[in-house]
Amino acid sequence: MFPDKAVAEGLGQAAQLAEVQGRSLWKDARIRFFRNKAAVVALYMLVAICIFAFFGGWAAQHERDAIDFALSGPNAYKGVPSFATGHYFGTDADGRDLFARTVQGTRISLLVGIVGALIAVIVGTLYGAISGYFGGRTDGAMMRTVDILMSVPYMFVLILLLVIFGKSILMLFVGIGLISWLDMARIARGQTLTIKNKEFVEAAVAIGVRPMTIILRHIVPNLAGIVVVYSTLLIPGMIITESFISFLGLGVQEPNTSLGALISRGASQMQYGVIWQLAFPLFFFIVTLFAFFFVGDGLRDALDPKDR
Amino acid sequence: MSTILSVQDLAVTFDVRPRGAWPWSSPLKLHAVGDVSFDLAAGECLGVVGESGSGKSTLARAIVGTVPSSHGKILFEGHDLAAMNVSQRRVHRKDVQMIFQDPLAALNPRMPVGDIIAEPLITHAPQTPRAEVKRRVAELMERVGLLPNLINRYPHEFSGGQCQRIGIARALILQPKLVICDEPVSALDVSVQAQVVNLLRELQRDMGLSMIFIAHDLSVVKHVSDRIVVMYLGRLMEQATARRLTTDPRHPYTQALISSVPIPDPVLEKTRRRPVLEGELPSPLAPPSGCVFRTRCPRVQPDCAGARPAMVDLGDGHGVACPHQVPMEAIAPA
Repeated sequence: MFPDKAVAEGLGQAAQLAEVQGRSLWKDARIRFFRNKAAVVALYMLVAICIFAFFGGWAAQHERDAIDFALSGPNAYKGVPSFATGHYFGTDADGRDLFARTVQGTRISLLVGIVGALIAVIVGTLYGAISGYFGGRTDGAMMRTVDILMSVPYMFVLILLLVIFGKSILMLFVGIGLISWLDMARIARGQTLTIKNKEFVEAAVAIGVRPMTIILRHIVPNLAGIVVVYSTLLIPGMIITESFISFLGLGVQEPNTSLGALISRGASQMQYGVIWQLAFPLFFFIVTLFAFFFVGDGLRDALDPKDR
Repeated sequence: MSTILSVQDLAVTFDVRPRGAWPWSSPLKLHAVGDVSFDLAAGECLGVVGESGSGKSTLARAIVGTVPSSHGKILFEGHDLAAMNVSQRRVHRKDVQMIFQDPLAALNPRMPVGDIIAEPLITHAPQTPRAEVKRRVAELMERVGLLPNLINRYPHEFSGGQCQRIGIARALILQPKLVICDEPVSALDVSVQAQVVNLLRELQRDMGLSMIFIAHDLSVVKHVSDRIVVMYLGRLMEQATARRLTTDPRHPYTQALISSVPIPDPVLEKTRRRPVLEGELPSPLAPPSGCVFRTRCPRVQPDCAGARPAMVDLGDGHGVACPHQVPMEAIAPA
């Protein structure tokens, strides 16, 4: 019996000495998220779309701007999707490979969405947290600025911007970045107002932590849940905005393309029996948006503290 | 004994704007704390009692400095904390620490407890090596009765009593001179209350801390404090040693508080007569003139509405802010 007891005691002591790894709220949320089937499927689809957008070019048999004159113009109906010719998705009205163009279009649309959301997350969260934490006149001035920017007819300004500074992807990023953070700033500020009255923030003030450190260490991590959810729902909004601008012909310029531009071209050709020119870009557009919405929903359920 | 903290005529008022008022209309003044003066000796524990809304927590926050005082002095080791600017005050914060009422709400849910306890240390001594920080955190966790291997756990994985121990460890890591406990046990159940109160007493004795202990439960305060002050509507009513205050209360409010403590004997409890306070706490937006307690006082006199009663010294540190004070036996013979 003695050796057993000694072993048991040794084990007990080892268990006490070993550091226990805590389960953070993030880890809890991750577990809840992966239990949500729809969200997980959507996440896999999103990963697949990203792989398609960033590595699909290697599978393409043709350059995205190489024109196959045999399949262009009135002959476009010959450019049906086929593995034999290497035009997996067929060709567009100009005889260019639609597969290569869809890959590039998806990439641009994803980039616009992600860059727009990133600007919103970084600028909007910090702006809102600072405004809400300091309160008083600072808050008043900062939030009135947001109100003024919001009341400017933004599509008009964006179109002016693109006309004056030239139509380029960079200008599109600037234009979308300028407005995307406004809503995020308001959401972050509202949330900060409730967090800053919690006792742990008061404890940090009493300890003597500097205000900016309090914002970064105590407020922003507690905002992160709502910010993550909102930004996954913001990305599709950005993609739609970009598509609309490209649809108007002001966004991405030839030979580059985006999903919006491809859909616009496909829609104008659909009466000529070349429905694939609309169907393929539209399919990727819808799948991307749905995937983002489902992931966003899953994240919201996972991070919602009320479910705990 | 030397005085570590001396509060002189401290007042805290808040500006309150009524709902729907114009932004430029002048705000109402909420008098949370008025004309509070007391001294705290080094190594002493001062209890502060009073019902909800009597300004105890605001007093604590004014001393810690999370709420600005509007009048009066807070002399900590001779330096007036209330007159300091933000950066001077930040240096002094390491000597005055606070323990909060709601143990879970006082801990950041996104931080592991090791980081929470270490925060004061890395704020005031950022050059401390990480190994040293970790060693001191582990040492302190052991001291307050937590297993040091739980250093990477998060606050929601602990019980209320354990969370309060984490809060205590955070308050003590810088070895402060004064610790202010704002109702540290009122959110805990009774058996845990006793453990935490005993832990606080033990730590106070061992580390030579001065302490201000706020509670609305007179029996807990009596147990930990050397001296007790009684507050009502932001003002001091009576102050005395713990023993004297509980055995010979003079202010009618203190007498009502003491007789409201239940006696653990059903026969005695049923037969005793006690003064019962009627009515509600008056609004701190418009406190009564003269003595603030006069609207509910069982022995109110016409002259109570006149001047504010001054603290009358009865000797031996016993002060009463009531000119009509009488011993308890005179009104409710045992």
